[in-house]
Amino acid sequence: MTVRIQTEVFDAGAELNAFTDTVAGAGAVVSFTGVVRDVDGGLVAMEIEHYPGMTEKAIAAIVSEAQSRWDLAGALVIHRHGRLTAGDQIMMVATASRHRVDAFQAAEFLMDYLKSRAPFWKKEMTQSGDGWVEARDEDEAALDRW
Amino acid sequence: MIDILYFAWVRERIGVPREQVATDAATVAELIEELKAREERYALAFSDLRALRVAVDQELTDFDASLAGAREVAFFPPMTGG
Repeated sequence: MTVRIQTEVFDAGAELNAFTDTVAGAGAVVSFTGVVRDVDGGLVAMEIEHYPGMTEKAIAAIVSEAQSRWDLAGALVIHRHGRLTAGDQIMMVATASRHRVDAFQAAEFLMDYLKSRAPFWKKEMTQSGDGWVEARDEDEAALDRW
Repeated sequence: MIDILYFAWVRERIGVPREQVATDAATVAELIEELKAREERYALAFSDLRALRVAVDQELTDFDASLAGAREVAFFPPMTGG
């Protein structure tokens, strides 16, 4: 498994191709890319803060849990922090398995847990002011299905 | 001595990202009571614990968690990764 926490831009397509090369024979590769959204057209920037040390540990634990639940040939998590703008790629998850269902479910599991259990916090700078993005009850509830 | 870290709006409200505190608190809840008694900014930051999460030595835990042997405690709002 590969976990990268970085401020730098990444190329989701190139990352996915490189990941796919490392899991030859897996048969199924699923990926998700999260992109900074500008809902009201007033987003100036998004600042992502994280907890160095805990972030890496928490994500490693989440990936390891996914590996114990599904038959995975590999998993990739990239998550950025720092200042981003609308349209920027924030993060990506990729999973590989011999079975399509395992790859899909593991990717969804990783996304659900990264959202509520990896120590990142998003702040939106908008034309009408700044504010921390609030966690949604649905995101917490999404963990129950696992 | 214990390192206390604050993130997101908790950091903004308290005004520092981290600090070292001498404490005899046995649990996170006791530590919070000590901090609240220090200054208004702490009382404000810890006024609604439902809006907060805590990690002890980088593991998410509960407010009644023991601080025995703990080196680092972090307070932050619910996480918004992904």
